[in-house]
Amino acid sequence: MTELSGWGRYPRHPSDVLSPSSPSAVPPFIASHTGLVSRGNGRAYGDAAIGEQVTLVTRRLDRIRAFDPATGRIRVEAGLLLADLLDVMVPKGFFPPVVPGTKFVTIGGMIASDVHGKNHHRDGGFGDHVESLTLALPDGGVAACSLTENGDLFRATIGGMGLTGTILEATLRLRPIETGWMRQQTIVASDLDAALEALRATADSTYSVAWIDCLAKGPSLGRSLIYAAEHATHREVDALRPGAKAFPPSRSGRLSVPLDLPPFALNRRSVAAFNEMYFRAGALKAGYPFLVHWNPYFFPLDGIGDWNRIYGRRGFLQYQCVVPTAHAGPALRSLLDRISHRGFASFLAVLKQMGPGHGDLSFPMEGFTLALDLPVSESVFPLLDELDRIVVEAGGRLYLAKDARQSPATFEAGYSGLPRFRDLRRAIGATGRISSRLSARLGI
Amino acid sequence: MNASRTLLLIGGTSDIGRATALCYAQAGWRVQLAARREEEARRNADDIAVRTGSEVTVHRLDVLETGQFESFIEGLPQLPDTVVCVVGELGDQQRGQTDLAHATQLLRTNFEGPALLLGSFAERFLERGSGTLVGVSSVAGDRGRGSNYLYGAAKAGFTAFLSGLRNRLAPAGLRVITVKPGFVRTQMTAGLKLPPVLTAQAEEVGRAIFAAAETGKSDVIYVRPVWRPVMMIIGSIPERIFKRLRL
Repeated sequence: MTELSGWGRYPRHPSDVLSPSSPSAVPPFIASHTGLVSRGNGRAYGDAAIGEQVTLVTRRLDRIRAFDPATGRIRVEAGLLLADLLDVMVPKGFFPPVVPGTKFVTIGGMIASDVHGKNHHRDGGFGDHVESLTLALPDGGVAACSLTENGDLFRATIGGMGLTGTILEATLRLRPIETGWMRQQTIVASDLDAALEALRATADSTYSVAWIDCLAKGPSLGRSLIYAAEHATHREVDALRPGAKAFPPSRSGRLSVPLDLPPFALNRRSVAAFNEMYFRAGALKAGYPFLVHWNPYFFPLDGIGDWNRIYGRRGFLQYQCVVPTAHAGPALRSLLDRISHRGFASFLAVLKQMGPGHGDLSFPMEGFTLALDLPVSESVFPLLDELDRIVVEAGGRLYLAKDARQSPATFEAGYSGLPRFRDLRRAIGATGRISSRLSARLGI
Repeated sequence: MNASRTLLLIGGTSDIGRATALCYAQAGWRVQLAARREEEARRNADDIAVRTGSEVTVHRLDVLETGQFESFIEGLPQLPDTVVCVVGELGDQQRGQTDLAHATQLLRTNFEGPALLLGSFAERFLERGSGTLVGVSSVAGDRGRGSNYLYGAAKAGFTAFLSGLRNRLAPAGLRVITVKPGFVRTQMTAGLKLPPVLTAQAEEVGRAIFAAAETGKSDVIYVRPVWRPVMMIIGSIPERIFKRLRL
C-alpha cells in the first residue's frame, strides 16, 4: 500500500500500485483486480487518479509508435508525457492541437480528462482531436474505439476520467507550426465586464486567456490581463526578433520549491502585493505584440518544480467551474465577489472563454470558465459550497480533474450525461470494478 | 560518416537496451534490436525511429538457443560495427538453490548465451579487422554474495570472458568493453529498495556505454564512479570476515 494524492496533495488515500511495463501487460491486471483505476503522471488535483483499492500507473507505456510528417498523424502509448512529445515534435515543426496548463501530464490523462487549453473557444478539447484509441476493458478484453467503431465507448472515454477502462494507445493529429515562438499581445481590462468583453473580442485569436486578480474589489472587481497569442510565422519572427532561431531550445534550468512553505507565507497581503506587481508589469507590455517561447507561454508554472509545495503540507484545492454564456456575467460577478470578500489568497486565477463541449463527463460547455487555487483550511470548504450553489444556479458545473470535494448533488446537477455514462459503465461491467476515490465519492 | 555505422543491441526490450539504442540512434547510427519478445522490441524500435529518424530493425533472438546464433548472425542485414549485449536476468536466488532448472537458466542467460554470442561476433570482427564489443556485466560478479551468487557467478564468468577476449583482440586493434552498471532503476529492479547515490537511471547507463565505446579509452567502466571504491573495499575484506557478513 502506498499513500497517494493528486497534485493538490489533498486528499490522501492508501492504494496498491501496479506499474505495467507494456500495453499487453495491462488487460491481465484489470481482469484480476477490482476497485482499480489508472493514473498517468498524477497531475489531476484531487482524487480522480487514486484507485479505490488499486491504482494502475501507466507511465511506462511511453512509446511513440508512429508518426507521419505528411499529415501530422501520430500514434502514441497512453503513458507518454506531453513534455516528452513536445521535446520530440516541436523541433520537427509540429504542436499538439490542445495543451493544458502543464506539460507534465500523460496523453492518456489528457484524454480521460478531455483537457482544454487556451484555444478551446476555437479548437475544442483534446478529445476532439483524438482519431482513435485502444481501451483495455473491465473484462480483460481490448477494444479499438473511434467515432465509427465502438462510438459510444469512444465518446464516453473522452472525459470519462478513466472509468471506462485503461487507455493503452491513441492516434491524433498534430498541427504544423512554422516556429517555436508565440506572438503574444496583452490587453488590460480594468474590471470584469471589460475582461469578458476583451475575451469575446479576442475570440478570433487561436489562444486567449485572462489572468484575473481575485483580490481586487469594488470597481476593480475582476480586473484582468488578457493574453492573446498565435504561433508566430517565420516572417513575424524576422520582424520582431531578427536573427532568432525558428526553434529555440527550451531552457532546462528549473527553479523549484525546496520545502513546504508554512501556512502564513501566503496571506492576503503577500498575494495582493504579488498581484499588484504582476498586474502593473503586465500592463506595461500591453498593446504591442511581442514574441515569447512556447514553453513559458503555455506552461508558466512548469518552470517552478513542485510548485504545489507553496501551499504547505495541508495541500490546496483548485476550484474550476464553467458557467454558460447567458448567465456568465452575473454568476462570475457573484463568484468573484464572494472570493474577494473572504480574502482567500489565490495566486493563480484564470478566466477563459469556452466553445461548445460534448461527451458524457467532459467538462467544457459554451461559456466562461474560472479557475483558482485555494489552500486547504477549515473555512475554505463552506466558501466553496457557496460558490457551488452559484454555479449550479447558473447552469454550470465543476471540472472533475480538479475536484476533490464537490457533493454528489452539485455533480449530478452539472452533468446531464451522467445517466448515460452510468448505463454504459454497467453494460461493460465497469460499475464497482473500475473505480476511483472520485467515482466512489460522487457515485459514478 | 556515422550515417553508415550500425549498432546491434542484444536485449532490445530492456530499459538499458532502449536507452543505449536511443543514444546511438541520436548520434546517427542505424540500429538493430535483437530480443526474444519481438512485439515488445518493436515498441522500442518504433519509438527510437520516430524520435531520431534513424532506421531501426528488429531481430528475434533467444540467448538460450545457442544453436541458432550462426543463422541469427547470417540473417542480419549487415554485420554491425558495434555489438552491445545488455542481456541479464536477476532471477530468484533462493529458488535457484533447490530448483536446478532455474539455476541453470540463470547461469546460461547471464553467462553462456552472452559470452558465446559475443565470441561469435569476435571471430567475424577479427576477420573484417574492425568492430567493438560491449558486454554489460555486473558488480555482483566482482565478489560472490550469499544473496545472489548464482547471478553473480554467471556475471563473474562473463566478466572473465570479456577480459580474456579483450586480451586476445587488443593486438588486432579491436576493443572489448566491460560495463558494470551498479544498481539501475529498471524493470529488473522494480520494487527493490535501492540507495539513491549508488543507483543510476537507464538513460545514464546508455550514455555511459555510448561514451565508453565511441569516445572513451577505458576497458572496464563503472557507470557511477562511486562504485569503484565501493567494490574495492568489498573486494579487500578478508574472506574469513566476509563469509560471516550477511550480504
